[in-house]
Amino acid sequence: MNAFLDALGRVPPLLAQHVLLAMAALALAVAIAAPLAIVSARRPRVARIALGFASLIQTIPSLALLALFFPALLSLSALVGGGIPALGFLPSLLALTLYALLPLLRNAVAGLNGIDPAVVEAADAVGMTPWQKLRLVEAPLAAPVAIAGLRTAAVWTIGAATLSTTVGQPSLGDLIFAGLQTQSWALVLAGCVAAAALALAVDAGIGLVERGIATRRRPVWLGALVTLAIGLIAATAPAWPRGGDGPVVVVGAKNFGEQYILARLIGQRLERAGYRVEYRDGLGSAVIFGAVASGTIDVYVDYAGTIWSNEMHRRDVPARPAMLAAIADWARTTHRVRLLAPLGFENAYAFAMPERVAAQRRIATLDDLAAQSPRLRLGSDLEFLERPEWAAVRRAYPMRFAATTPYSPTFMYRALGSGRVDAITAFSSDGRIAAERLRVLADPRRAIPGYDAILLLAPDRAADARFTAALRPLAGKIDVATMRQANYRVDRDADKETPEQAATWLAKQLGL
Amino acid sequence: MVPPAIRWDRVERRYGTVMAVDGVTLAIDTGAFVALVGASGSGKSTLLRMVNRLVPPSAGRVLVDGTDVAAGPAPALRRRIGYVFQHIGLFPHMTVGENIAIGPRLAGDPPADVGRLLDLVELPRAVATRMPAELSGGQRQRVGIARALAPGAKLLLLDEAFGALDPVTRDALGRRLRALHDELGLTTVLVTHDMAEALLLATRVVVMAAGRIVADETPGALLAGAGGDAAQALVGVPRAQAARLAALVP
Repeated sequence: MNAFLDALGRVPPLLAQHVLLAMAALALAVAIAAPLAIVSARRPRVARIALGFASLIQTIPSLALLALFFPALLSLSALVGGGIPALGFLPSLLALTLYALLPLLRNAVAGLNGIDPAVVEAADAVGMTPWQKLRLVEAPLAAPVAIAGLRTAAVWTIGAATLSTTVGQPSLGDLIFAGLQTQSWALVLAGCVAAAALALAVDAGIGLVERGIATRRRPVWLGALVTLAIGLIAATAPAWPRGGDGPVVVVGAKNFGEQYILARLIGQRLERAGYRVEYRDGLGSAVIFGAVASGTIDVYVDYAGTIWSNEMHRRDVPARPAMLAAIADWARTTHRVRLLAPLGFENAYAFAMPERVAAQRRIATLDDLAAQSPRLRLGSDLEFLERPEWAAVRRAYPMRFAATTPYSPTFMYRALGSGRVDAITAFSSDGRIAAERLRVLADPRRAIPGYDAILLLAPDRAADARFTAALRPLAGKIDVATMRQANYRVDRDADKETPEQAATWLAKQLGL
Repeated sequence: MVPPAIRWDRVERRYGTVMAVDGVTLAIDTGAFVALVGASGSGKSTLLRMVNRLVPPSAGRVLVDGTDVAAGPAPALRRRIGYVFQHIGLFPHMTVGENIAIGPRLAGDPPADVGRLLDLVELPRAVATRMPAELSGGQRQRVGIARALAPGAKLLLLDEAFGALDPVTRDALGRRLRALHDELGLTTVLVTHDMAEALLLATRVVVMAAGRIVADETPGALLAGAGGDAAQALVGVPRAQAARLAALVP
């Protein structure tokens, strides 16, 4: 219960962002749908095209729609010479707007088409201009049906806005995704409860407006409208800009516990240096480097091998120091991103098996694993099977598993523990390797590159002396054993700590 | 010379291959009460609706008080012409009073005297605050007429205005309309398929068939046998009914 109350404490700023995003998307969708519906009601051809397009959008899963805006905006930005953010508010706004179009459009067209033709003819006959006809007759008569569509759109948008976390826009989804990754069910629950309460409140508010208009009771709908507006504006209060608190910096994190902890560690140091810190959690590996290069985030921790394979598209595996030098050089010259320093530990992909099973089957290396792979099942994280490292491993060790199943990291360990899979693609800094007595298999052919954790800085921060001075003490300080312990504090099943607590613990261990 | 209130000048209206109105030329003098009579599909409604541009002519032109109706914007024209039709089309979200006052409101004129207009159509003034759905069909059509008269229109067009009413209401409303026509000095065009109604109310009866005018007579002349076969067929119906009713009297 205490954890849940703590989690609720994180709701207000996220709720503010959530409301801002959902309401902006809804307002934009109404601005597009209203004129389109009016034209559609007069021209059936336009109606068919507009509704067909809106239905098509609806068939795209909302998560995919959000993700698709990243490359789309990136190439658009390149086309116009930069300046268009591909992450954060803009892609979320556009995706949610498109998503809200269908119910708005469909109901507005139905409302307009449902008006008695005799009333429309009378409006013409008494000498109304098209605008007067719309304002005095069509809009009020279509309003109840159109507003029912607004209700549907509002509920959908508020729900789908939780997914904007994945493209770097803070929302109540931050709690849900972070909670899922670290198995903090209190966080998941707090996020869900807040999002559901918001959706229900807005639905009820608009419902009251709808009833007031349908029964022509002006005080009812006007009162509901004002209450709704005041409530929503009040909910955004934590997001109102406050002057004089020092410059704001944004710390990025991918979607797992270690990243959350390191982001908080970085954030705590920056706060002590006088910055106001915001976090963008849950960014995918594919978008986070773009986010730092474009300045959407100011700093984050990545892993050498990830940049090496995913961003630089290199297949060779040099020694770790040479690789770090090459990455620093590449990041600076191609994206003006600064590799400030390695943190000291490695978080490599590592194939792991329960010690007991590995001993029984006599598996110690990836060669041994490959030889027995047709009788084994592999569990991986959500992205490994698509990554170049997996291709590299299979080139070096011809593996053909009986089954390969992707899991989110926490569920991957559960699957290994329950025997549903025989081996997993673990992370070498994961606290659960030691805690759950797993054997990490050796890589004698050196197929997997080094994964030194590295601090990457956005171009604008590369020469910011105060900023770099605040982070430099972290360079080379964190050894893998300490990092595993910090990770385990967040990842363990019982007596979990929040990433903030683990970051504070880690800072103390480092003597900072 | 005063131009006629309405003049149709070689007017045609095609719907695909069908000629709804087939080259009609007709003038209506100011102050006349003209009934346009014909079977369904004879083109009488289409001819009427060209006057306030609810239907544009395919060829020819329509003049009101000597001016081509196509000359200015349609809303300005329609605000000067009262129009009443079978389906009435009262605005369901406005009170009776708001419905009646809509014309002057649209034109930006001083507000209509709703009480006086309700008096004209013989409705109690209290209905001004009611909603249209609370009224009977006959009451609603009275509101429709009051709405048409509100902008001070001198030209009144009625398209089967009494078609959906019961006979008693229909008769009372017809008499009221004729009285208003005389009191206010209106020019009235009444489209109807009911020859008895036309004969009893109008000063001039124009009979249409297949998009053309087939007779144009006074009620007296029609009853005396003028106007040709098509017109006499229509006159024959109420006359025969009257004779059969008379024969029933013991």
